[in-house]
Amino acid sequence: MSQALPFVEAMGAATLPVSGIAWLDASRREHLDAFVAAGLPDTRMEAWKYTALRALAQRRFAAGDARAIEHAVDPAVFGLPGVYGPRLVFVNGVFRADLSMLDALPAGITLQPLSQALRQDAESLRFVLSRHEAEQGDAFVRLNAAMATDGVVLTLEAGAKPDAPVHLVFLGAPAEAELAWHLRTIIELGEGAELALVEHHAASGEQQHFATLVSDTYLRDGAVLRHVLLQQAAAGSSLIRRSRLQLGRRAQVSSHVLELGGALARHDVRAELAGDGARFVTRGVFMPRGRQQVDTQLAIRHQALGTASDSVWRGVADQRGRGVFRGAILVAPGADGSDASLSNKNLLLSPNAEIDTKPELEIHADEVKAAHGATVGQLDERSLFYLRSRGIPMAEARALLTVAFCRAVLDDLPVTALREHLAGLLALDLPT
Amino acid sequence: MLKIDNLHARVEGKEILKGLTLSVNPGEVHAIMGPNGAGKSTLGNVLSGREGYEVTAGSVTFNGIDLLALEPEQRAAAGVFLAFQYPVEIPGVNNTYFLRAALNAQRKARGEQELDSMQFLKLVREKLKVMQISDELLHRAVNEGFSGGEKKRNEIFQMAVLEPKLAILDETDSGLDIDALKQVAQGVNAQRSPERSFLVVTHYQRLLDYIEPDFVHVLAGGRIVESGDKTLALKLEEHGYAWVREHGEPAGASA
Repeated sequence: MSQALPFVEAMGAATLPVSGIAWLDASRREHLDAFVAAGLPDTRMEAWKYTALRALAQRRFAAGDARAIEHAVDPAVFGLPGVYGPRLVFVNGVFRADLSMLDALPAGITLQPLSQALRQDAESLRFVLSRHEAEQGDAFVRLNAAMATDGVVLTLEAGAKPDAPVHLVFLGAPAEAELAWHLRTIIELGEGAELALVEHHAASGEQQHFATLVSDTYLRDGAVLRHVLLQQAAAGSSLIRRSRLQLGRRAQVSSHVLELGGALARHDVRAELAGDGARFVTRGVFMPRGRQQVDTQLAIRHQALGTASDSVWRGVADQRGRGVFRGAILVAPGADGSDASLSNKNLLLSPNAEIDTKPELEIHADEVKAAHGATVGQLDERSLFYLRSRGIPMAEARALLTVAFCRAVLDDLPVTALREHLAGLLALDLPT
Repeated sequence: MLKIDNLHARVEGKEILKGLTLSVNPGEVHAIMGPNGAGKSTLGNVLSGREGYEVTAGSVTFNGIDLLALEPEQRAAAGVFLAFQYPVEIPGVNNTYFLRAALNAQRKARGEQELDSMQFLKLVREKLKVMQISDELLHRAVNEGFSGGEKKRNEIFQMAVLEPKLAILDETDSGLDIDALKQVAQGVNAQRSPERSFLVVTHYQRLLDYIEPDFVHVLAGGRIVESGDKTLALKLEEHGYAWVREHGEPAGASA
């Protein structure tokens, strides 16, 4: 039955990219065949219970944008205050050297498009590129493995600590057809290396493209990653992302996430706290409105002694917006003395909005501290009246309270200029 | 300035105000006293436009305009200020930011120039001095973690910055010790002027030792049953509200 879906049919009929690298081309064919055979996941699958792909399944996307290199892009659409370091820009899945900033890279950092890295030394990437798929990746991971020809390869040598944040920009731009594009990201931080990274999905004009991004991040012992994810994809676009992070001993990740754009924005994050004392902190906000569907799935796996994770997420749904949040924490056998906490509070601004939240906790170790909770509520009438009684109009009062509700998520973001900018985006994203 | 005529209001289907009539002129301080459940807080909430308070009869005009037709924020811009009995804590909203947003929203509604942050800060500094409030409160979230006294002083401080024409103090004395009470009263007195009127709603006479009213009204059973000068408050203190009920309540108006 699934073969009949226009989405799958169109993808299956696409010409596979040819790299000339035997193992890669063979693997692409295998993954495309597997994708076509299995089709798209449906809501009977637990991971897709609240996100139906029926509408997506009926659409046909053209593979790739032959003219991606020509689209005029105003750099203002991806400019961010306080983010002035190396930059890699992709437009409709194609690397744009003219918009990127790769000269004068700080010492100890290697940053290049995946296409270039494959040309130089494909063999060193073979293991990583094979890894995601080897573990029963789903439809979109397979599709990405088959079709992604470009992406990011970012490596920090042991001890490297570049000052400036690295900015990865994924832009959608209007094209002649509705496009499907796919990117793959591989990031490795050597022992004791420290990196600030801004992952930025933005739009250069209205379009309804479909995109996948699969990323792997490895933190060796003592490495530190400060990550900001700003998702402002075009209102009509669909974006499916899969991120896997592996943390070595005492490695630390702090991730601040704003999910604002897209018609369908799905992000699966899998953090493996593999080394003793590894620490994973996430702060996130998702804000579906209109008919947006934003689905975040966190899977945090404590696999070593004394690992810690702390997740604070806020959801705000307005109009007919739909938010889904799943925070699954697993404390594996042997991960004694681990500390896991997760909180997801949600706000419904309209009677037609919906948020489905599901915290999960599974503990197989000893002396574990764990706390998790989720709530769904509405704006406090007393607070609204208090603000209005002081002269603040209804719409502004609602916006003020909503931003305040989300504010905790940004509080510990170290770059002040970026923090204020992001807080401003939260306010802007509210209907008045 | 404020004319309340035969005001009837319901909360959750229950009639609380039953024909309240009151007139306040510029510069006057009126105390509204009464037993629990008399409708004192309802009066403040109806005047400031809180949802859930349904006016079933009567009228309220404020400087000639129909106050009841306005949204709460429009009433504020017109010059009505309610000092809450229970000020609301709003985590995540900075006190200074909130106050500037409020002042500028009011100024905008009145067609006045909005204040930039420098002008606003200057204004705040002046008012802080009068209220003896420390800067530190300004940097915190609105009322979050404030003591009872700090909350009430913050209300009066907001009033000082917003400079209303009519300030309604809803049981501002409740929960305050004598020192906090004096500070709050001092802040109020500093803001008395020939243009500004006050409606001081209180259960106890104590507050009126420090904020001296021009008129005292007794509210019972949803209407004003007795009016007089400040000596009326002393009589109440002496005889209790039971005295008013026997003495002043018109026949057939029992609650």
